Amino acid sequence: MKYLHLIWAALFRRKTRTILTLVSIIAAFLLFGMLDAVRTSFDQAGKSANGAERLQTGSKLSFIQTLPSSLELPIGRVAGVKAVAYANWFGGAYQDPHNQIFSFAVSPNYIDLFPEIEVSAEQRKAFDATRTGVLVGEELARKYHWKVGDRLPLQSTIFPTRDGSKNWSFDIVGILHPKDKSAGGMFNQLILLHWKYFDDSTPYNQGAVGWYVSRVTDVNQADRVAKAIDAISANSDHETRTQTEQAATANWIKQLADIGLIVGSIMGAVFFTLMLLSGNTMMQAVRERTSELAVLKTIGFSSRSVLCMVLAESVLLLLIGGVVGLGIATALIPAVGANSGLSLPPVGAGNWVLGIGLMVLIGLVVGVLPALRAMRLNIVDALAGR
Amino acid sequence: MNKFKNFMIGLGLVVLLVVALAIWVKLTWPLVLAAAALFAVWMALTRQGRQAASVTAVGVSTLRQRLGSSSVIVIGIAGVVGVLVALLAMGEGYAETLRKTGNTETAIVMRGASASEVMSVLERDSVVVIPQAAGIARDAQGKPIASPEIVVAANLQLKGGTADDVGSVQLRGIGDEAWTVRPNVKLVAGRKFKPGMHELMVGQGAQREFADLDVGHQIKLGNQLWTVVGEFASGDALDSELWADANVVAEAYRRGGSRNSVTVKLADPRGFDAFKATLQADPRLKVDVSTTIDYFSKQSEGTSKMIKAIGITVGVIMAIGAIFGALNCMFAAVAARAREIATLRAIGFRGMPVVVAIMLETMLLALLGGLLGGALAWLIFNGYTASTLAAGSVGKLSFEFSVTPALLWSGLKWALAIGFIGGLFPAVRAARLPVTAALREL
Repeated sequence: MKYLHLIWAALFRRKTRTILTLVSIIAAFLLFGMLDAVRTSFDQAGKSANGAERLQTGSKLSFIQTLPSSLELPIGRVAGVKAVAYANWFGGAYQDPHNQIFSFAVSPNYIDLFPEIEVSAEQRKAFDATRTGVLVGEELARKYHWKVGDRLPLQSTIFPTRDGSKNWSFDIVGILHPKDKSAGGMFNQLILLHWKYFDDSTPYNQGAVGWYVSRVTDVNQADRVAKAIDAISANSDHETRTQTEQAATANWIKQLADIGLIVGSIMGAVFFTLMLLSGNTMMQAVRERTSELAVLKTIGFSSRSVLCMVLAESVLLLLIGGVVGLGIATALIPAVGANSGLSLPPVGAGNWVLGIGLMVLIGLVVGVLPALRAMRLNIVDALAGR
Repeated sequence: MNKFKNFMIGLGLVVLLVVALAIWVKLTWPLVLAAAALFAVWMALTRQGRQAASVTAVGVSTLRQRLGSSSVIVIGIAGVVGVLVALLAMGEGYAETLRKTGNTETAIVMRGASASEVMSVLERDSVVVIPQAAGIARDAQGKPIASPEIVVAANLQLKGGTADDVGSVQLRGIGDEAWTVRPNVKLVAGRKFKPGMHELMVGQGAQREFADLDVGHQIKLGNQLWTVVGEFASGDALDSELWADANVVAEAYRRGGSRNSVTVKLADPRGFDAFKATLQADPRLKVDVSTTIDYFSKQSEGTSKMIKAIGITVGVIMAIGAIFGALNCMFAAVAARAREIATLRAIGFRGMPVVVAIMLETMLLALLGGLLGGALAWLIFNGYTASTLAAGSVGKLSFEFSVTPALLWSGLKWALAIGFIGGLFPAVRAARLPVTAALREL
């Protein structure tokens, strides 16, 4: 610590070079922050404690196939099931059929199974009381400037109403606030409407249910409960497949894309370049200072402390740039999200830990060659400029 | 006063940079070649040009002594170009696969306001009425070439996964006409399914993704056993599908007489508007009609735009890093050669050749980096297969990354732009070095 000012002075000996290198490091860690946040948000999707307690039951045949609504009672009777709700895909679109919005027609108790989603008691009451009422996600409402009390015209891309029109009309009675952004993020973009109203209004559904959600009393029993639920309709024409919400989400993401591979290869390219670049800077810095280092050794600095100082300098360089870069990513993402309506996952503590670990690691790796060189300096040769 | 002058020069440079970049973005390759040729002529014929050439030659010949820092520029830029080209190739491959699925000669009829085939339902009456419309091509027997199809999804076990690893595949129920409206689909193994049987044909892409889809194998869809009897190839999105008899699929999925869409072959592509008007004017129908190329291009639009946006964002951030890396190295190079440059100035070389030489050297390194990055992206990713749940479909769509010449060209343009920015400021610094001070510097 007592050498900090010395290291600092060495670092900023050539301001232009250090600042240029810093900007490169900042760019690399800005990118790292953004990509790693995306990766972790995909990794953690559905992995909340609440997600582990919920089971999703869908048709075994395919996810677009519906199930009869008569399954609600038998599923509720399975030992270990605390509550069961159901939902159907509504296929809503706002203004343009291609502008699709996640919209589910749900049973009255659906929202009770998601304690991480907050709806004020008063709005909840209004939802229960209004046949055409809908609850909309916080970010969705912000994006389209919807307010409670607005009338919401939606098209369904799947279900026409009884008069053959695709145009449905709902009343916004409440807003869904996900308490935990990383686990309930999807509810930000969701519209919930009443399954009953939906089923009554379209001739195409006829009592069908898209999927059931059930909450188990004991997480450790989830597998057994899932098997018991699937056993209800075994060998019928509507066999089911029950998974924890966690497994179901992981499966979806896996089908969507191999996010880890994409992010990993980009970051690999970025960090490889970064190492070369900062390594080069450190090499130059040590080469330039050969005689100074020799003087340090002459006045009594041990070889090892010279080694440590050079290493510390390179780690410090990486840390300054990296922290600024990650800081920008942390600050920038919510700002960008608010302006564009595009919701990027925020940079979390886990990303910071990994980021700082990488900074130290890269700092050590790029510092080690110049530091060894500094350590092995022969005082006489270095002072003579040989 | 001096400070003010420096500031104005800096400002001028930035303006020059912005203008140059704006022009550069618009430039096509013939224009770039013409500019390069013009530049070569200037170098060969004018006095300053020849001076610039010789200074460049000196700079390039000393590159070997600065291998470390020059390789930083090359590899930094190679990284930017490689990542950018790979990401754009992913978007391009995805869009290309969907685009190829459609053409202007066929049209797809779906229920109104349906965002995609899967979401559309055409009742039996409509399925009967649609083929009677004017404007549809007819086959040798005089029957309209119209293919009513049913599109559903099926869960299948993924290749290399456990029984719990299921993915979704799109299953299309078809009749004989499907082959006529899509002449590009070829049977490559086995045979076609027999009507009325639980028999499947699999696309090559689907076969790559899912387990047990080899000809002769049996798979379970829900609780029914189906036999894979044939394999087809189409080179487009259909490759990721399973095909079976429409009536059998309708029965398995409890769809009755309804279908999802009707694909028709137009008698004349120019007659599409008339065909569309006929159907939309028909009071018995409430349908949307689009050419298949429109339909599939629209399906890919959102995703490919998103991939492109991600690619460019990542590319820009990496490019900023690379620019500063290049600046760093070139400033160091100029500083190391300060005496040499000052000597040149002292014996009568003007500033221009020095600027040109430094810029040329940087751009040369950048070009090398661009070529390296492009080549790596091409070697690793061209033809690399990936899959995703495509928008508007209900199955995994497998597609190939396509590193097109256009993408490689835009990668090179990025590389040269980075080199230009990274070289400009050090070059100007070199030209403005005070000769006397630089000569005295050790």
